[in-house]
Amino acid sequence: MTLNFSFQRLWAVIIKEFIQMKRDHITLAMIIIIPLMQLLLFGYAINSNPKNLPTALIKGDQSSFTRTLIQSMKNTEYFKFLDQPVTEKEANYLMSIGKIQFAVNIPPGFSRKLIRHEIPDILITTDATDPVAASNAITAVNALSSRLFNRDFQGSLSYLVPDPQAFNLRLHIKYNPELITQYNIVPGLMGVILTMTMIIITALAITREYERGTMESLLATPVRPLEVMLGKVIPYIIVGYIQATLIIAAAYFLFHIPIEGSLMLLFFLALPFIAANLSIGVTFSTIAKNQLQATQMSFFFFLPSILLSGFMFPFYGMPKWAQDIGNILPLTYFLRITRGIILKGTDFIHTWPNVWPIIIFMVFALMLGLKRYRQTLD
Amino acid sequence: MNQTAPLAIDVHGLCKSFGKKEVVHNLALQVRTGEIFGFLGPNGSGKTTTIRMLCGLLKPSAGSGTCLGYDIINESLIIKTHVGYMTQRFSLYEDLSIRENLEFIARVYKLKNRTQRINESLDRLKISKERAHQLAGQLSGGWKQRLALAAAMLHEPQLLLLDEPTAGVDPEARRSFWEEIHNLSTQGITTLVSTHYMDEAERCHRLAYIAFGHLLTTGSIPDVIKDAGLHLWIVKGDDLYTLAEKLRLDPAITHVTAFGQTLHVVGTDAAMLEQAIQPYQNNHYQWKQAPAELEDVFIHLVSTAKNNHG
Ligand SMILES: Nc1ncnc2c1ncn2[C@@H]1O[C@H](COP(=O)(O)OP(=O)(O)O)[C@@H](O)[C@H]1O
Ligand SMILES: [Mg+2]
Repeated sequence: MTLNFSFQRLWAVIIKEFIQMKRDHITLAMIIIIPLMQLLLFGYAINSNPKNLPTALIKGDQSSFTRTLIQSMKNTEYFKFLDQPVTEKEANYLMSIGKIQFAVNIPPGFSRKLIRHEIPDILITTDATDPVAASNAITAVNALSSRLFNRDFQGSLSYLVPDPQAFNLRLHIKYNPELITQYNIVPGLMGVILTMTMIIITALAITREYERGTMESLLATPVRPLEVMLGKVIPYIIVGYIQATLIIAAAYFLFHIPIEGSLMLLFFLALPFIAANLSIGVTFSTIAKNQLQATQMSFFFFLPSILLSGFMFPFYGMPKWAQDIGNILPLTYFLRITRGIILKGTDFIHTWPNVWPIIIFMVFALMLGLKRYRQTLD
Repeated sequence: MNQTAPLAIDVHGLCKSFGKKEVVHNLALQVRTGEIFGFLGPNGSGKTTTIRMLCGLLKPSAGSGTCLGYDIINESLIIKTHVGYMTQRFSLYEDLSIRENLEFIARVYKLKNRTQRINESLDRLKISKERAHQLAGQLSGGWKQRLALAAAMLHEPQLLLLDEPTAGVDPEARRSFWEEIHNLSTQGITTLVSTHYMDEAERCHRLAYIAFGHLLTTGSIPDVIKDAGLHLWIVKGDDLYTLAEKLRLDPAITHVTAFGQTLHVVGTDAAMLEQAIQPYQNNHYQWKQAPAELEDVFIHLVSTAKNNHG
């Protein structure tokens, strides 16, 4: 009878953890402050639709066409041209030191080619280290391309009214070839914040018992490993939900992200994800020898989660090996779930392929933790 | 519960190594049901390690035996439900109140009438209702010890394993603690208690002494003293310090220890001992022969063990 799982003992651990959590004001504050802080920090990036970005003009062609082009670019308000045109070399230098965001290169013979219907090139180079800054401007230039020269080709030149594409906009995106779109970030942030806090909190759970010496008393009782592990996971599910609610509320009210799908479904599917992260945290804490190690392991898990899950870089743009790693991580699937539900209004059936891998991950993590849980002080 | 088992603890050949270092060597221990058994030895001699092996907190490197009739290797989970273990270092939750700690223990042991039993145990240890709401971390050493004892006894175990329960506790608290242990003993509850205090050793029914991981002696106090085969002279007088220095040079004298205003001069051979002290039997000193005391025995055992194992 004492050998088996007992809900009463599990309950004992849950209550104890709750009381301890309640008394641990610093951790409690962290649980609320970290997500808010991250949201605000990322929020700046998201909100910024920067205009008047410094732009250098490399002029190889002088004509009314180029003047029109430059003027229209100015009219988008995204570009602020330097007073003087520069050479290509100067432009490269200015960009490398961060003085300009864009370099617009209108090659010699641009106008001639345009009249001859040869669809000439314009090369716009952009520093995409800050991709959010660049992306709106680029969208604006793209829109220019098709409607720009209609006015100039009136009258006798009207036969020249250009095709949908009068010239080729060659975009050269420097330093960070991947562009992240803003709506991806906030829904993704929910998964990122949950990953970080849930894992850290529970990673400390068991090592703390060792460091405070309380493990000796705990091990002397008949409490079973699974009871301890679940007892340490369950109270924090509530914490996870508090964070999730904060983030969704912020996404909606602060950043005006439309929520296309069902909020209920989103909350429901947050459960396996929260539980999976708590499980991996508890498992780390059974392996780590002290709290420092537990923290390090958490970061070791957190880094690939952020980099390879599709949060930072588009998942399918990553090399195969990175995708393979990403495919193991719960965050990868949860990002698809949240983006799916929030941005695309995906229903349960269509999110399911991204739900079960999370559950499998959780079960696997718990099993590993159980295997590693030391039942003696050896 | 195995009421018919005459031995509450019966282990033999117990060894424990941490890495290459063997800290408990071939230890055998028999503790009878209902007895108060003292477990003595210098710091680092392996007492805590042995106690931990008895209640399943450490896996012995070798050896076997039973605790309350259950196998210490395979049935440690059952042993845990019948044993109350009080750790040497306070190991309850400092961020929980006294009552919350006891509630946790009560739930973990699935005790019925939880509140009632907690109240009873608080009463027995003279912890007031108000104090019960204090955080354990804010308690003084004596109160922590009371709480730890209450927690170890809450599930009414048959066997108490108490690891230096009175270290750093004031004499009054120690006295009431021993009263409680003797009280439990009359109810048939077995106690194994490790201690440094000689007066506490003398309150035990039987005891064992270990040093360097080796069991040096075990039995009742008279047996232990008799087995040691020591002869003791007690000397009073002026400048005992110089006398002690001189006596220590004689190989017939195994040791000389200061006890207050006297010296204990101990040897294993009565005749040789008498011969050794003969030069100093003058009117500067008053010599008196006496039966060896427990402390003499322990001092003797440790110094011998140091030569053999240290
Ligand atoms: N977990 C451990 N790892 C390594 N050495 C240990 C460990 N626990 C105890 N020891 C060593 O074993 C010896 C006996 O320790 P212990 O059983 O605590 O002695 P006592 O309780 O008699 O003071 C000591 O030398 C101690 O340093
Ligand atoms: Mg000890």
